[in-house]
Amino acid sequence: MTVRPDRPEPMNAVPVRHPGRWVAVAVMAVLAAMLVHTIVTNDGFGWPVVGDYLFSPPVLNGLKNTLILTVLSMAIGIVGGVLLAVMRLSPNWILSSVAALYIWVFRGTPLIAQLLFWNFLSALYPRLSLGVPFGPEFVTFDTNQLINQFAACLLGLGLNEAAYMAEIVRGGIASVEHGQTEAAGALGMSRAQTLRRIVLPQAMRVIIPPTGNETISMLKTSSLVVVIGYFELLTSVQRIYSVNFQTIPLLIVAAIWYLALTSILSVGQGFIERRYGRGLQTGPPGPSLLGFLRRRPEEVAA
Amino acid sequence: MTPMVEALGIHKRFGATEVLRGVDLVVQPGEVSCVIGPSGSGKSTLLRCINHLERIDSGRLRVDGHLVGYRERNGRLYEMRESEVAHQRRDIGMVFQRFNLFPHKTAIENVMEAPVVVRRQDKAAARARAVELLDRVGLADRRDNYPSQLSGGQQQRVAIARALAMSPRLMLFDEPTSALDPELVGEVLDVMRGLAREGMTMVVVTHEMGFAREVGDSLVFMDEGVIVEQGAPREVLANPQHERTRSFLSKVL
Repeated sequence: MTVRPDRPEPMNAVPVRHPGRWVAVAVMAVLAAMLVHTIVTNDGFGWPVVGDYLFSPPVLNGLKNTLILTVLSMAIGIVGGVLLAVMRLSPNWILSSVAALYIWVFRGTPLIAQLLFWNFLSALYPRLSLGVPFGPEFVTFDTNQLINQFAACLLGLGLNEAAYMAEIVRGGIASVEHGQTEAAGALGMSRAQTLRRIVLPQAMRVIIPPTGNETISMLKTSSLVVVIGYFELLTSVQRIYSVNFQTIPLLIVAAIWYLALTSILSVGQGFIERRYGRGLQTGPPGPSLLGFLRRRPEEVAA
Repeated sequence: MTPMVEALGIHKRFGATEVLRGVDLVVQPGEVSCVIGPSGSGKSTLLRCINHLERIDSGRLRVDGHLVGYRERNGRLYEMRESEVAHQRRDIGMVFQRFNLFPHKTAIENVMEAPVVVRRQDKAAARARAVELLDRVGLADRRDNYPSQLSGGQQQRVAIARALAMSPRLMLFDEPTSALDPELVGEVLDVMRGLAREGMTMVVVTHEMGFAREVGDSLVFMDEGVIVEQGAPREVLANPQHERTRSFLSKVL
């Protein structure tokens, strides 16, 4: 950029040289070239096979199940997590202890064991009933009919996730300054109003990044439902390659879909983070969709 | 006339430390009472007891004739439910040392929040009133800014507007200028001066002796959990009767 006459003369200093950076660039370039070369030339990758199966019905069916399981389990996990966190922070020590016990049990036992437990619940309780405790029963269900495989998957993944989400939400709530609660209380807001309108929106900023992590992790963790015979993306490709032995190409198919979903989730997380970051960073208010493309003037000048 | 604040024999302890050791204080409607004293003297705690942010351990505390946080029936005290305490607090405004504005809401949203959520006011009416209040504290042009985009003095003025939005009968100020850069103190004191002139009942914990002398109707000096001396600000400041008051004033004046 040109220097205007009223500006002081700029520093005409020789910048520091960074030879190490150029060495690193060279090494990376060679490694990248090797990678591209092997991907293109090694027939073992079976790219035509990848293309054949990427949109095949069994794979898309598994993908659909992965999505459904992830979305519903995370919904159960988030709602349950908020409830458990509020219980955990309650002044009522019974509620707080129950939440602590829940978190202890569900974080402390393997998820596979929990999935199997829900699937075999009928061994423990062949029938489930609604009624007065220790009194008459109004409706009775056959456990195996009430909790089918899909329900067992949701219970296993969702209730386990709730325990992790509870700790994330609790950390978020604890991160909000106590002065906020006092200010809301001094204005006559009830505890519930304060939580909903003042504390949780601010806690979201701390809650969202680990929740994004949990969701991405759930995409892949949901493949554990194979232990109770349900199927999703990874199970679907396993079924295919156990028949046609195209193991690597089919694993690449699964990896492509997982990466695609993870990318979409990361973008979504970015939007939500900006939404709840309002007022907490300086600069113009409101989310800016393409903010990262618009460089600030001083950066352009530099 | 019912006093706006009537505190009798207030005791408050945090664990082993007794922070208030028998405080009596009366503030009449329209009075501006300034509370001064060294840090740890219990002045902020006393203020926080008035709207039940702290619960008193013994004594009686009434605001506008009503016990704060308790109900008395047939000579017995009953603790109030949380919703009843919240209801009482609607009429008592509080301004904090560290502003405590809601950072995720703009200035005008901060001011509108309680009227809309607590008093269930119509949004348009609450907005109109908030515009008026922000104008009154001199921030009409800053209404859409978030607290992080405002200076400390501006934030504190928004906080005052936020408290006024509930049309309180009593305003409590907890060292409202202590967290401000010196050049921003004046703008906040100006707003408070205006409020006092309009007849608002105020209890102000402060280190601003000039404000206390000029605006205060009474001055209360606290030390070690008791009120050592109180009276007309000019007299207490010019002619303190107690040794502790003298030594404190000699350090701050």
